[in-house]
Order: sequence, then structure tokens, then C-alpha cells
Amino acid sequence: MAINTEKNGYTIIFAIVMVIVVGSLLAFLASSLSDRIKENERFEKQQNILYAMGVNENTPDSGVNFIPTDVVEDKFNQNVKEQYVLIDGEIKKDDGAFSLDVKKEISAFKKGEQARLPIFVGENDGENVYVLPMYGKGLWDAIWGFISVDKNMVVQGVYFDHKGETAGLGANIKLRFFMDDFIGESLLNDGSYSGITVSKTNNDPLNEDKEDNEVDAIAGSTITGNGVTAMIKETLKAYKPYLETIRNN
Amino acid sequence: MALLSKKDANLILDPLADNNPITIQVLGICSALAITAELKASLVMAISVIFVMGIGNVVISLLRNLIPSKIRIIAQLIVVATLVIVVDQVLKAFAYELSKTLSVFVGLIITNCIIMGRFEAFALGNGVWRSFLDGIGNALGYGLILVIVGFFRELLGSGTLLGYPVLGDPIAKTGLYSIGYENNGFMIIPPAALIVVGVIIWVQRSRNKALIEEA
Repeated sequence: MAINTEKNGYTIIFAIVMVIVVGSLLAFLASSLSDRIKENERFEKQQNILYAMGVNENTPDSGVNFIPTDVVEDKFNQNVKEQYVLIDGEIKKDDGAFSLDVKKEISAFKKGEQARLPIFVGENDGENVYVLPMYGKGLWDAIWGFISVDKNMVVQGVYFDHKGETAGLGANIKLRFFMDDFIGESLLNDGSYSGITVSKTNNDPLNEDKEDNEVDAIAGSTITGNGVTAMIKETLKAYKPYLETIRNN
Repeated sequence: MALLSKKDANLILDPLADNNPITIQVLGICSALAITAELKASLVMAISVIFVMGIGNVVISLLRNLIPSKIRIIAQLIVVATLVIVVDQVLKAFAYELSKTLSVFVGLIITNCIIMGRFEAFALGNGVWRSFLDGIGNALGYGLILVIVGFFRELLGSGTLLGYPVLGDPIAKTGLYSIGYENNGFMIIPPAALIVVGVIIWVQRSRNKALIEEA
């Protein structure tokens, strides 16, 4: 028996059935996988924070090697000693800092609304390092990351990531050759928080000059690089009250 | 005895060469330009499209007598979108690293006109097995071109393949770079993909004159 598929009634019923079937399939899938996905995202964030602190499994010639996911939770609890939240210039100890949504908080800060900005204080090789989350925009979409400094505002490590920068160009901000350049650079210039500029005229491919507040840009990814520069500046602006207290201690 | 009859085998082989979706039908150019700056991205995209097209063609072929022709395009879109979301969610749960590499391409898969094209032109009118072969064949043909373009763009643009330096170190001036060779930055930007695709089309048509259209 052939069905007449041209009738309006059939068309409507087909559409309804299809939407219900597909909708419930996707809803079921999303709810059954969401725990696992959330766990993966938590591990990733822990890996990123540790990476920015310099806790990673990099060897001199390797690519980006994070702490493996099966031990990252323990390692994170060992290395990150305290979590704080910066609200309206006030610093409060808050172990919920990790679960704050950086994107939401930073955009609230930019709009001048009340923001809860997370801070992670960790220890690496007996020295305190202060890890600040960053969020900004690149060429196509969001870029974000973490930057860690010591009490003299010298960068101990960075981690950048992006949603959709151009493969082979802007996407390379998450590779070591770019991120390693930031290590040792200072966020201060003559006492002001000038940040670090991703510069096309730096001419320092071996990255020996640590006094100039500049790192080499990636050819062909000007806008992503400018985004990184702006993101660091924004972060410094947001966290200035906290950084002042670190420096004065 | 052959695994596939000659007719079935052609469903796989034709799109690889004489009926290639990119070089002959000129479909899917958009994603071919966007993601081929690196060989790895090309491979990931190719595998994703093989998966989505293989299964999508089967689903559409199974439903071909049920889908009302008035809303067939919407039905096809729903099938692609669902498959893509399923792939995305499963990867996020079980292969998180890979899902991060893939994230950019997920949207591009949905808009890939080769997929809609095969649903419309083939799966709606053919049986399940043949639709499956046709889907795999076209996705392979698409993937083949992506990989060729990605290979040349990464090699000439960055001097690497799959991220490994194969021509030496451009900063320390070793390997080929020691005799004055330079990476061609132009190969990294999207217009270079058009030129590489153009060269492939030229080579293909000069080898097989039957492919040249009458003016």
C-alpha cells in the first residue's frame, strides 16, 4: 500500500513526528552525556590553569603537553592553594572562583556592572604565582586564556585558546612558539601596567629582549594578535586593585 | 568474485576522479578554501564528512518513500543537523581533544552543499546500499581534494606536514632554508586554495579531454 505523501495532512503529521523524534533523540543524548561533557570541561580548565602556572609536561622540543586528565584533579588541588574573587575592588577568599563563568564576569566588568572576577593563587617551585583568567575577541570569534605572574609582575606562563581563529594563522596563538615568548616578559613599564604588546616590529625572533613589553606577532594574523594585546590590557585593567596588593606585600 | 558489482564500484570510484564533487561539479568550495591551510584540519574535515554523508544518505534513502516532497529540503536539513550534533556531543563526551579540533568545522559540515546535493540527487531516488556507497564515494572524492590542497598549502606555506617540520627550521636556517628557500606566506591565505584547486582542475582536464565542457 502506497501512502499519498502529497496530502497536506500527511505533510504536517510527518513534520510533527520528525521533529518529535529528532528532538527527543537529541534531548536524550544531551542529558545522558552532559555529566561527562561537564567533567571534560572541568579537566580542561584545570589543565589550562596549571599550564599557565608552568605546571605541565613540556619538554624543550615538545608541543603543548598538559598534565594528563587522569591526574589533573589531584595536581590541581596540590598546586592551586587559594582561590579568590575580586568584587568592586574588594578581594574575598572564595573557593567557588573556579566555577565562575569568566566570559560573563568580564563582559559585566566591561559594561561597568558588578563582576566577580576569579583569581587563583598557586605555588610552583616554592614561589607564589597568581593566575588571572582572560577573555577577549580575535578575528572571527572569542579568544581566552590564563596568564600567571609572580609578585614582581613578571609573566610565569600563559595559555591562550580560541573558538575559531584561522587554522595555520591566528589559531597558532595556542602553540608553544607563541606562548613561550611571553614567559619572562614584565607586565610593568616604568611602574604603569602597560601589558604585553604582540608586535609586528619587535624583530626579536629568538625572544631575548625581556624588557620591551613586546613579543613577536605571527605573520598573517594581525587581528588575532591585536586581540591578544587588547585582552591582556583589559585583564590588567580589571585586576589592577588585586595586582597592587600583591606588589605592595 | 568482486566485493562490489561494477555498477556499485563506480558509485565509489566516479566521484574520486571523473565526477569529483569539487573539481567537476564545483561544490563544497567554501569549506575547501576555509580549512585547508593545514593537512590535519583537511583530514579531520574529510573524515567527518565521510561519516555524515554515509549515514545521512542511508537515513534519507530509508525515508525516501515517506518524505513529502513539499518539505523534503527541510527534512534533509534536519537529518544533517541531527547527525552533526550527535557527532559533536559524542566527541565532546568521549574524545574531548578531537572535539576541540573539530569544533570549527561542525557548522561547515551542515552548510556543505555536497551533502544536500547527494541527498537530493541520489538518496531520494535510490536504495539504501547504493545510497550508502554514493555517500561514501562523494565524501571520499571531496576528502581527496581537501587532502591534496592541504598537503601543498601546508608544505609550501609553513614548511611542515601535520605539524612536523619537513623542510628544516626557517628561523635557525637549517635544511632547505640554508640555501635561501623561504616559506610562501601566500599559500596560507584562502585565495591560495582556489589556485591549487584550479591547478588540480587543469591537470585533470588536460589528462581527460572528455571532461572539458563545450563553450
